[in-house]
Amino acid sequence: MFVLRVNGEDRTVDVPADMPLLWVLRDVVGLTGTKFGCGIAQCGACTVHLDGQPIRSCVMPVGSIGQKAITTIEAIGETPEGQKVQKAWLDVDVVQCGYCQSGQIMSATALLTRTPNPSDADIDAAMSGNICRCGTYVRIRAAIKQAATGKPEVMQTIVSGPAGGAP
Amino acid sequence: MSIVDPTYRNERQNDIDLGRRKAIQVAGGGLAIAFLWMGGAGKVAAAINARRQPDDAAAAAADGNPPFAPNAFIRIDKDGSVRLVMPNVEMGQAIYTGACMMLAEELGVGLDQIKAEHAPPNEPLYGTPLLGGQITGGSTSTRGTWQTLREAGAVAREMLIAAAAAQWHVEPESCAVSRGVITHVPSGRTIGFGTVADAAGALPQPAQVKLKARKDFELIGKPLRRVDSPDKVTGATQFGLDVRVPGMKIAAVKACPTFGGKLGRVDDAKARAMPGVIDVIRIDNAVAVVGEHYWAAKQGLDALDIEWNPGANANLTTEKLVADLMDASLNGKAIVGRQDGEENVSGKAIDAVFLSPMLAHATMEPLNTTVHVTSGQCEIWVGTQVPVRAVEAAAKITGLPVEKVILHNHYIGGGFGRRLETDSVEQAVRLAKNVSYPLKVVWSREEDIRHDIVRPMYYDRISATLGTDGLPSSWRHRITSGTVLGRWAPGAMGKNGMDSDAIESAADLPYDLKNVHVEWVRHDMPDGLVVGWWRGVGPTHNLFIVESFVDELAHAAGKEPLEYRRAMLQKNPRVLALLNLAAEKIGWGSQPLPARVGRGIAVGSPFGSHVCAIAEVEVTAQGEVKLRRFVVAIDTGIAINPGSIEAQMQGGLLFGLSAALYSGITVKDGAIEQSNFHDYRNLRMNEVPLVEVHRIDNDETPGGIGEVGTAIAAPALANAIFAATGVRLHKLPVDRSLLIAGPDALKQTVASATVVAGGTQA
Ligand code: FES
Ligand code: FES
Repeated sequence: MFVLRVNGEDRTVDVPADMPLLWVLRDVVGLTGTKFGCGIAQCGACTVHLDGQPIRSCVMPVGSIGQKAITTIEAIGETPEGQKVQKAWLDVDVVQCGYCQSGQIMSATALLTRTPNPSDADIDAAMSGNICRCGTYVRIRAAIKQAATGKPEVMQTIVSGPAGGAP
Repeated sequence: MSIVDPTYRNERQNDIDLGRRKAIQVAGGGLAIAFLWMGGAGKVAAAINARRQPDDAAAAAADGNPPFAPNAFIRIDKDGSVRLVMPNVEMGQAIYTGACMMLAEELGVGLDQIKAEHAPPNEPLYGTPLLGGQITGGSTSTRGTWQTLREAGAVAREMLIAAAAAQWHVEPESCAVSRGVITHVPSGRTIGFGTVADAAGALPQPAQVKLKARKDFELIGKPLRRVDSPDKVTGATQFGLDVRVPGMKIAAVKACPTFGGKLGRVDDAKARAMPGVIDVIRIDNAVAVVGEHYWAAKQGLDALDIEWNPGANANLTTEKLVADLMDASLNGKAIVGRQDGEENVSGKAIDAVFLSPMLAHATMEPLNTTVHVTSGQCEIWVGTQVPVRAVEAAAKITGLPVEKVILHNHYIGGGFGRRLETDSVEQAVRLAKNVSYPLKVVWSREEDIRHDIVRPMYYDRISATLGTDGLPSSWRHRITSGTVLGRWAPGAMGKNGMDSDAIESAADLPYDLKNVHVEWVRHDMPDGLVVGWWRGVGPTHNLFIVESFVDELAHAAGKEPLEYRRAMLQKNPRVLALLNLAAEKIGWGSQPLPARVGRGIAVGSPFGSHVCAIAEVEVTAQGEVKLRRFVVAIDTGIAINPGSIEAQMQGGLLFGLSAALYSGITVKDGAIEQSNFHDYRNLRMNEVPLVEVHRIDNDETPGGIGEVGTAIAAPALANAIFAATGVRLHKLPVDRSLLIAGPDALKQTVASATVVAGGTQA
C-alpha cells in the first residue's frame, strides 16, 4: 500500500513497490494522459514531475517516491508555466498525432520553470530525451521560445479556442 | 552502348502502358494508383457521397439520432450543435481539421463551433474513392474527399436555408448563412441551425448545389488551428491504448521472434504464482500473460519459460536476404513499367547499384487492441487505418457475422502505414476468445519493433548514357523487391503482374528524358517475412535512387546539380518553379560554403504534389552528419490549411531523415535484431535543423501531403553529403565510416576531447 500525492490529491494504491509509476498512473489511478512509449527511459513519453522535477515514470519504482508531489499532464495547466506552455503549444499548433506531446509539455514546463529564458542549447539539453516520431521538433522549439517571451515566433494559428476534437 | 549491365534482359512484355502513366499523372501515390487499377475487378468500390444513402438512417440513429443528418458527415442537434463525422482517421496528418474545414466552409459554421467524430466502420458511407474502401493511406484523404465533403456541406446548407425560408415565407436566395445562423438579408431576421433542424430534416435533398468560388472561401486556405489540439495538450485525447472498459484485464504478449515460427512448450508455473497474474493464454505463435495491470502481466511474461519452434527461417540473415535479392536482380524476370524510344544509345555510360534497407514504423503509440468476445458479439476498441478490414478479420476469427463485430475507432498515435495492417487486432481477438472479460493486449516497444511489418528491402541497378551536352541520352532502371501490393491488395496488381507502387516516381520522372526503360523484378521474401506500407511507400525508395543518380550524372558531366536539373525541367514549369524557389531561398551559389559543408537538391512529384528540398549539412572529420538547414518548396495546388501543410512537410521530412540517417532493420537467426529506440534511433531535438517551407499557390486541385516530405528527405540529404565530402552513398542508412575525413580524423577527436578535459579552453 502506498499513498501517492497525485495532482494535489492523495491516492492509495495497492501495488508492488517495484511497479513503475507509469503503470500505477495509467492502469491503477486511471490517469491515461501520461504515455507509454518505450519502457526504458529512451523516449520521454512518460514524463511526469516529482516535486517539479521531470522524471521518466516508466523506470521510477513507485516504492521510491515517498511523499514527493506527482504532477501529470492532466494538472500541469494549473501551474503558471504549464499554462504558458500549453497556450504556446496551441498558438503554434505543435501537435500532430499528439502521442508524445504529454511528455514534451512536461519536459518543456520543467525547463521554463528552471530557466525562464532558455537558449537553443538549453532547449536541446532539456528536450533531447523526448522523441517525437511525427517530427514536431521545429514547432516545439518555437513554442518553447514563445512561451518564454510571449512573442510570436512563427506562423500563428487562427480561430481561438476550438473545442472540436472527438472525445 | 547503353546497356552497361550485360545481365539486363531485354524482355519487353508490355510496352509502356499509357493508361498507367495517365493514372499516375492524375492521382499520384502508389496506393491510389494501385486501386485505380482495380478497375472492375474485386468488390465494387464503395465510396463517400454528399447525399443521403441507404445506410444513413441507421447510422444517424446510432449516432444520437439528430433531427438533421442529411448525409454521412453532418449531424445537427436540436440545441444547434454541429457534429461532423470523419471519413478518414486522424493519426497526426491533420485530416480531421482539413475535412472539418471542407465541410464547415460550405455548411457555414466556424471550426470552433463543431465537434469531430470518429466514423463507425461502414464502407458504403465512408469508403475513400481513391482506395475503394474505408482506408486512410497513400496521402489520398484530401484528394479523395475534396469535392464530396464540400458538396456535403453545401447540401446541408441549402436544406437548412430552405427550411428557414419556408418558415419566413421568403425566397431562399434572399438568405445567407454564417457561423451556424441563417439570416434573411433584407429584413435582418435570423434563426439558428438547431431551430430549423427538424424542418430541414424533412425536406428533399437538392439535386444541384453551388459550391463557393475560391475567392469566397472563409476557412479554406487559412492556417486554422487543428480541431484536435486542445485535448492533445492536456492529455485528454483517447488513443487506443488509453481505453478503459469495466472489468477489463491487461495482457502482455510475446510472439515467436522468428518469422513464421510457432510456440512450443511453455512452463508458466512461476508466472501463475506471481501476484496480479490472472491467466496465461497460448495461441499457435504467441503466448500472453494477463494481469490486473500491465506491470503484473509483463512481469508474468518475463517469468515464463518458453520454447519456440522457429521453423524454416531459423537461420535467416540479412546477408542471405540481400544475396537473394541481388541474384533476383541479375537473373530474375523483369516486368517493364515504361519503355520509351531506343534501348541502345551510344554515349558516355554511367551506372550504379543501390541498396535500401527494411524499415520499421515504430509508431509512438505501440500497437494495442482491446477486445471483448462474448457468445454473440465481439467488441473492439482500437486505433486503425482500416476499420472495415479489422471488423472482417475479427468476424472470420470468431465465426460471428460482421454485424456482430462492433469496432470503436480512436485517435491514432502514429500510423505511417503500420495500422493499415490488422495482424495485431487478429492476435488480440484470438487471445480474447479464450477469456470472458474484456482484454487489452499491449505490445511492448520490443514486440512492436520485432514484429513490425517492415518496409521491404530494395535493390536497384540504374544506368544512363550522356549525350554530348552532358544530359542523359538514355535512362535504364531495374528495381528489385518484394511486393506490398501483391499481398495487401492482390487484385490491384497489373495484369502483367506489375506492382505499380514499386515503380512510382521511377517510371513517371519529372524530367524531359528520351529512351527511358524502367522495369521491376518481383522477388518475394521468405514466408513469414511480411512486408508492408511505410510512409511514402514507392516514392520514398525511388526518389532516393533517381535523385541520387541524377546528381551522379551531373557530376559525371561536370555540371552543377542545379543547372543540370534546370536543363531537364524546361518542359515541367511546376517543378522548375519549385527548384528555382528553393534555390533562391537557400541562397544557392551566393557564397562559398565552409569546408565539409554541402548542399544537396532533390525534386519529385509524388502523391499528386510537387516538391523540391535542399539540404545543407556539415560532415565532421569523424563522419558525423550535422543537419544545418533545410529548405522545402512545395506545390500542392489549392491549400486547405497552409499550417497543416507546413507541419506535414516538416514532420514528414524529419521522419525520412531519421530513417536515412539511422534506421535499418536487420535480421539474424530469422528474427529482427532491433528492439527499441536505442538501436532503432530517431532524430532528437539537438539534431534537428530549421526546416523552412515555402509554398507555391495556384488553382490546381489539392495534392496529397502526408508522405511528400518523407519521400524527398533521403536524396536531398545524400546529395548534400556528397557535396560536403565527395562520397556518394549507394546504401542507406548513412554509413558514417565512409565519411571519415582521413586516417587521423578519429585520433583528432580523442586529442581535442583531451584538451577540453584538460581545461585549456578557458
Ligand atoms: S516510456 Fe518512459 S521514457 Fe519511453
Ligand atoms: S506528435 Fe506524434 S509522436 Fe510527437
